[in-house]
Amino acid sequence: MASKPRVKVPKKAEKGEIITIKTLLSHKMESGQRKDKKGNKIPRKIINKFTCTFNGKMVFSCDLEPAISANPYFKFNARVDEPGTFEFTWVEDGGAVFSTKKKIRIG
Amino acid sequence: MGLRKMGPNKRNLAVGAVMALMTLGLGVAAQAQEMIRRIDNPPPGHPLPEIISGYEFRAPETQALQDDDFDNPGFLWVEQGEELWDEAEGKAGKSCADCHGDPAESMKTAGAEYPKWNEKLGKPINLEARINLCRTENMQAKPWKLESEQMLSMTSFVRTQARGVPVKVQIDGPMKPFFEKGKKLYYTRMGQLDMACANCHEDNYGKRIRSDMLSQGQINGFPTYRLKWQKVGSIHRRFKGCMKQVRAEPFKPGSDEFTALELYVAYRGTGLSVEAPAVRQ
Repeated sequence: MASKPRVKVPKKAEKGEIITIKTLLSHKMESGQRKDKKGNKIPRKIINKFTCTFNGKMVFSCDLEPAISANPYFKFNARVDEPGTFEFTWVEDGGAVFSTKKKIRIG
Repeated sequence: MGLRKMGPNKRNLAVGAVMALMTLGLGVAAQAQEMIRRIDNPPPGHPLPEIISGYEFRAPETQALQDDDFDNPGFLWVEQGEELWDEAEGKAGKSCADCHGDPAESMKTAGAEYPKWNEKLGKPINLEARINLCRTENMQAKPWKLESEQMLSMTSFVRTQARGVPVKVQIDGPMKPFFEKGKKLYYTRMGQLDMACANCHEDNYGKRIRSDMLSQGQINGFPTYRLKWQKVGSIHRRFKGCMKQVRAEPFKPGSDEFTALELYVAYRGTGLSVEAPAVRQ
């Protein structure tokens, strides 16, 4: 199912505040270990990389492996020292990229 | 520990914890409306001594996943359904919104009332069948396949509108024979394991079946995001799974048998809040 990524970032924060970010992407995470009804291997198709940057600076990134279940969910913290934009990207096997942005204010 | 043995102190503690969270405003949007998950005095004639939502049988981690609307993966389908609601389709060029307007108003209780009597067909139909009737008759569009992404999205969306509303299905009048049929199915032993629904969900709820905790098999949380399925699924899909597990030949999803059973099982959960999209293991 192709739906928009869901991301939760507070609209504003105090300078230096540590905020919690949650992200959820709808994705099948086909592991490559399964076979279809005819016995043919279903090719692997997973999200293999997730990154979050703030004003171009890396905040959080990780590699995903086939054992991770469908609809990958991440929750992590970030310290906000200035207003700006969080950018989130998910990279799928084959190179397709899903991305979204969230702005945050200070004060 | 069996859920039935849970003392009043424990429960009060749990309520206290929820209240504390609410005061702190820690993302308990789902709990804005009071959810009825346990009824200690079912109406006379009810087969169960107490009515308990499947939520109460799950691990705290699974419950937490359901409690937060963001964490709850079922909302991926709810959001998709929200988009479909406004999408015009078919020869009539209509969308759901053209007839039903604001879903928060028009679908406020629908999710708690199905299966419902359909005069034209002369039998009760469930929400899925109602949606497809709307599609074929009013929109002149193709019906959706059961368990398709669209159907799951729309049923999730519609039932979520009724979140918190107590389940109440009609069982008298023309519904009576279908109710009796569902009841009969519920108590009929089937399959190689020779088991009826009641053997697990009435006689042994709150006990473990290998590593899993048996619930009362209530359906107030459907469509449910099941961790095992890694997606939401319908009531009939769950029925089918149960029948396979007792090694019986399942009825077809959407069949009159499953709809009658759905009616009877919905009645067993009378008074529980609709909590779609629930998260179960």
